[in-house]
Amino acid sequence: MGYLQGVWAVWLREVIVFFRERERVISAIVTPLLWVLAFGGGLGASVQVQGMSYQRFIFPGIVSMSVLFGSIFYGLYIIWDRKLDFLKLVLVAPVPRSAVFLGKMLGGTTDVLIQVGALMLIGIALGLASPEAFIYAIPSAALLSMCMVSLGLIIGSRMSSPDGFNLVMSFVMWPMFLLSGALFPLDNLPHYLEFAVLLNPMTYGVDLMRFAFFGIARFGPFADIAVLLGIFLAFAALGSKSFERMQV
Amino acid sequence: MERKPAIVIRKLSKSFGKLRAVDGINLEVYEGEIFALLGPNGAGKTTTISMLCGLLRPTKGQANVAGFDVEKESLMVRKSIGVVFQQPSSDDLLSGRENLKMHALLYGMPSEGREERIDEMLRLVGLVERQHSRVKEYSGGMRKRLEIARGILHRPKILFLDEPTVGLDPQTRQHIWGYIRSLPEKEGTTVVFTTHYLEEAEQFADRVAIIDRGKIIAIGKPSELVSKLGGDTAFIKAKQPQKIASKLRSMKFVRSIKVGRNCVQVRVGDCAKNLPKMLQALEGVESIELRPATLNDVFIKYTGRGIREDSPEGGYWERIMNSEKGR
Ligand SMILES: Nc1ncnc2c1ncn2[C@@H]1O[C@H](COP(=O)(O)OP(=O)(O)OP(=O)(O)O)[C@@H](O)[C@H]1O
Ligand SMILES: [Mg+2]
Repeated sequence: MGYLQGVWAVWLREVIVFFRERERVISAIVTPLLWVLAFGGGLGASVQVQGMSYQRFIFPGIVSMSVLFGSIFYGLYIIWDRKLDFLKLVLVAPVPRSAVFLGKMLGGTTDVLIQVGALMLIGIALGLASPEAFIYAIPSAALLSMCMVSLGLIIGSRMSSPDGFNLVMSFVMWPMFLLSGALFPLDNLPHYLEFAVLLNPMTYGVDLMRFAFFGIARFGPFADIAVLLGIFLAFAALGSKSFERMQV
Repeated sequence: MERKPAIVIRKLSKSFGKLRAVDGINLEVYEGEIFALLGPNGAGKTTTISMLCGLLRPTKGQANVAGFDVEKESLMVRKSIGVVFQQPSSDDLLSGRENLKMHALLYGMPSEGREERIDEMLRLVGLVERQHSRVKEYSGGMRKRLEIARGILHRPKILFLDEPTVGLDPQTRQHIWGYIRSLPEKEGTTVVFTTHYLEEAEQFADRVAIIDRGKIIAIGKPSELVSKLGGDTAFIKAKQPQKIASKLRSMKFVRSIKVGRNCVQVRVGDCAKNLPKMLQALEGVESIELRPATLNDVFIKYTGRGIREDSPEGGYWERIMNSEKGR
């Protein structure tokens, strides 16, 4: 009982706080929309991919992107929590560290899912997604988000100051985004990048998301789900460990 | 009566790189005791407390809190303690009451009686009216009050307070100390606190330890430490201080003498008894002022430096002595 109550308390705090920080919610929805409208619309006027408009093609990729960025940012936020001493209160409470990790992870995933939900509704309104896609996209986003929040928390709990933040941006987030097939089909990629693409967890998230939208997937939905689940379990184990050794 | 230790510390050390923040501390704190850790800035008080509540891993040594090893049984330790941190650490985006509710959840407090207990704590720290405001709208003192409420809320067996009264107005300070002081008797709580207000330690602590550069350099009851210091200080104003000083030097109850231009400062053992003797022997005394020794004197003796923000500036006499020394 105590364990779950701990998870629940940490989760609840994250969700309450999420709704109080409107700026964060709004920017999290506006940025991907800009991508779709400017990038997809601008470039898409002249390009067709896999028999559809470019804008339609990249929308699942943009949804995945907002999952990736939202999740990792959320995870890294723990650095500031630590700096502001707020985390001490949670770490000194009689809650196992793995429960703190799980609570945070679920809290981040919830935040991201709310953003994705809003983004999807706008997508439906713009004719870029169908209501059916919505139903499949949410659990896909959840799975991807669980992986990526975990990754963000792992990195954040091992970083002692926000100084490394830009490094994480350039060496983790952007490569994961650009080498995931979110913006272009993976078929045309040069050979030497293929290996990196296959190692990239994000690839499977985007693939699953595209399946949710169009019913086609390069690796197939079950392979995607299996890979993502495996990654999540590994990250969750590693994350609990990281929290265990975290000092303030 | 055999007293049971609530905290046992053995050769506890913590290094940050080359710096030994805590350097081989041995200490016992007994159940139901109010214990003060004193020391100049950077002495290692906070580091010690962080290790005791499992937030920092000791570099060397061991500590036992409520019967549990702080490293191996950290969760059990955390179940037994309440902590008020030196740095404000409440949740800015939640209201005061929500902070307390969150705390109650994290500590697995049963829902029965929870709200009443929260009300009680809010009343204790005088935050009833502002309980629904976000903490980011609180003043510094209000934040501190909330944290104290938090630390006590779940009725911990052992309570750590790291500079709990910084920034509190005198009324609040008195009120909260009145409550904390009653905890050992009412609930059997053991209290460990740090402070730079030495009169607080003198007034409320059963025992104090003075830490400097990571080591305990003095420990005992405040009154014992003060009396061990050897007496009170008398400031004697006179035209010919040298003459008086030489007379004083022959008296055996005089512990130390400092001579200024027109005054003499003497440390006298058992002042009440010896003052008349002194006055009889002396001639040409214009006036005399007595200052009883306090924990502050003990502190300065051991650490060699006062704590500027809190040590009194000194009376008229001390200022004269100092200004003359400087000449
Ligand atoms: N995380 C850290 N990294 C490096 N050095 C640290 C760290 N925490 C504390 N120190 C150093 O350890 C020493 C002891 O610090 P500590 O905070 O325990 O002092 P303190 O007695 O609580 O002082 P204060 O009265 O100012 O609160 C200081 O020299 C401090 O600079
Ligand atoms: Mg301190």
